[in-house]
Amino acid sequence: MNIERRLVRKDSLEKLFDILRQNKKTVFAPVMKNGKASFKPVGSFSSIAEDYIQTTQSSKEVIFPRVEKFLDYEKNGKEVSIKGFDYQSVTETVLWGVRPCDTIGFGTLNSIFNWDFKDEIFNARLSKTIILSFSCNKSDDYCFCTSVGGNPGSTAGSDILFTKLGADGDYLAEVVTEKGQAIVALASELFEKTESVEKEKFLANVPVKFNQEEIRKKLEKFFKSSQWVEQSLKCLGCGACAFVCPTCACFDIQDDAHGKIGSRMRCWDSCGYSQFTVHTSGHNPRSVQSQRWRQRIMHKFSYMPERLSVYGCTGCGRCSRACPADMNILEHLISIQEVKI
Amino acid sequence: MIDSLYMPYLMRIEKITCEAPGVKTFMLKFVNEEDQNNFAFKAGQFGEYSVFGEGESTFCIASSPTRKGYIECTFRQSGKVTNALAGCEEGSVIGFRGPYGNIFPLDEWKGKNILFIAGGIALPPMRCVIWNALDTRENFKDITIVYGAKSVNDLVYKNELKEWEIRDDVRLVTTVDPGGETPDWKGEVGFVPSIVEKIAPSAENTVAVVCGPPVMIKFTFPVLAKLGFRDENVFTTLENRMKCGFGKCGHCNVGKVYVCKDGPVFTQAQLKELPDEY
Repeated sequence: MNIERRLVRKDSLEKLFDILRQNKKTVFAPVMKNGKASFKPVGSFSSIAEDYIQTTQSSKEVIFPRVEKFLDYEKNGKEVSIKGFDYQSVTETVLWGVRPCDTIGFGTLNSIFNWDFKDEIFNARLSKTIILSFSCNKSDDYCFCTSVGGNPGSTAGSDILFTKLGADGDYLAEVVTEKGQAIVALASELFEKTESVEKEKFLANVPVKFNQEEIRKKLEKFFKSSQWVEQSLKCLGCGACAFVCPTCACFDIQDDAHGKIGSRMRCWDSCGYSQFTVHTSGHNPRSVQSQRWRQRIMHKFSYMPERLSVYGCTGCGRCSRACPADMNILEHLISIQEVKI
Repeated sequence: MIDSLYMPYLMRIEKITCEAPGVKTFMLKFVNEEDQNNFAFKAGQFGEYSVFGEGESTFCIASSPTRKGYIECTFRQSGKVTNALAGCEEGSVIGFRGPYGNIFPLDEWKGKNILFIAGGIALPPMRCVIWNALDTRENFKDITIVYGAKSVNDLVYKNELKEWEIRDDVRLVTTVDPGGETPDWKGEVGFVPSIVEKIAPSAENTVAVVCGPPVMIKFTFPVLAKLGFRDENVFTTLENRMKCGFGKCGHCNVGKVYVCKDGPVFTQAQLKELPDEY
């Protein structure tokens, strides 16, 4: 569908928030605590953080929770009864204040969870989530969305994208999907008709740092490079990069037992962990950290584009911000680009 | 209620067979008859077996699709879930998700000789194909099975080995590692790759299926190459760590391949295209 453009007065955002709450929607929005913004269910507009470049965690948790229960079981002697996922528990949720680098990530997750078998649990959450994103008007040195196909004002993956027009200005609302239109219909008086607005000058400037197509081609011949060892010497294998990433979707399946009853659930995992690939025999195909760092980069920039036709990186820069050893994915990608093969 | 991909079938353990120290075979039947009627699989596929409260574990379906009404799995007690499975009694209910993965292309092997080479606990993934081939014996020419284990005691499916020994439409060569033989052992003594070299099966119109520990596979492939087997006629099944079984959890990703989706069955030619991460 064509993107509809509307103007939302700066005072109207709070009214929109209240209308969403009155419609019994759970609203997740960035909340500031100890100088860090993170997505929380919020009850009042005033608790929503405004002045942040990026939340520490991506918003993927709302649609792909860190721990998600698949089933409950009950044992009775040799017998077992099981109860599957409770789809009724998935209620309409609004994600408010998401950055474009997160919204693009939902498309990537969608490819991972549906490229072959359809993951009904992921799909139930995605279809019940309304994504109201906000363009970036500032960035930092970790940001590189423009190098991986995104930009600070990208509408991809959003239902409505808001762009603040100037420091104390009103908002341009770009209504991207039918879900977005439904929100406009709920609060039509707040979405005023507008002439065409030049939003680009209000967006953060994120220079292009590398060409991902070039990197993808280089990686095809880069598997045995000594760079993997050099670049990963600092890696602690802590997995923080995967946990903050908006597109990392690797998971483990574990049981949680409490006597005769218990549940089975999916939990976030990371290819950076030494246990990720270890066989029961003790044989580990990726036994050293450099192989695991290589897997992370290869998976995102070579295997996924080849296999799923999407790149596994949105350029949000969270992995570099979160790394306790100060590894920087952007620096590594640039150094791969500079290598002559 | 819409079932999710992660919901297992409930399976009852009909029969437990102790195969070797720490190795058991379960015969499993669907608790729900409707599940049984809708279930179909092919040789080479695998599943996720679970003890509720302990977790899931990945192994192949060890019985042949020609044997209807049940499935079997054979496992060695070695981790959390397999230890819990080993503690189950006949009549207990466990979980099973599957079948997943690709298959051994038995249809394409019609009219050919099949050479099976297995080591230790890797006979179970091959047993499915062996019985499938034997149950449709007219489709194939010579069938040879080379099977080795550390010791006589470690050989699995001892009753079936006897049965294959007696049958005149299959050639069975069993071997144990040097030092693993008993005084009355009548089979070969030596490592699997050297026994294959010794019996020197013809590569002419033959496909080879090789399953075993990495070290056995590593030394068997060159022997087969020397005997004239082409890489695309040598098959194996990979055993990467897996969680979901259908290409989402990321654990079994090797290069562009998901072992659970594109495998677990691969030819030697396909493996040569992959990074050495299996």
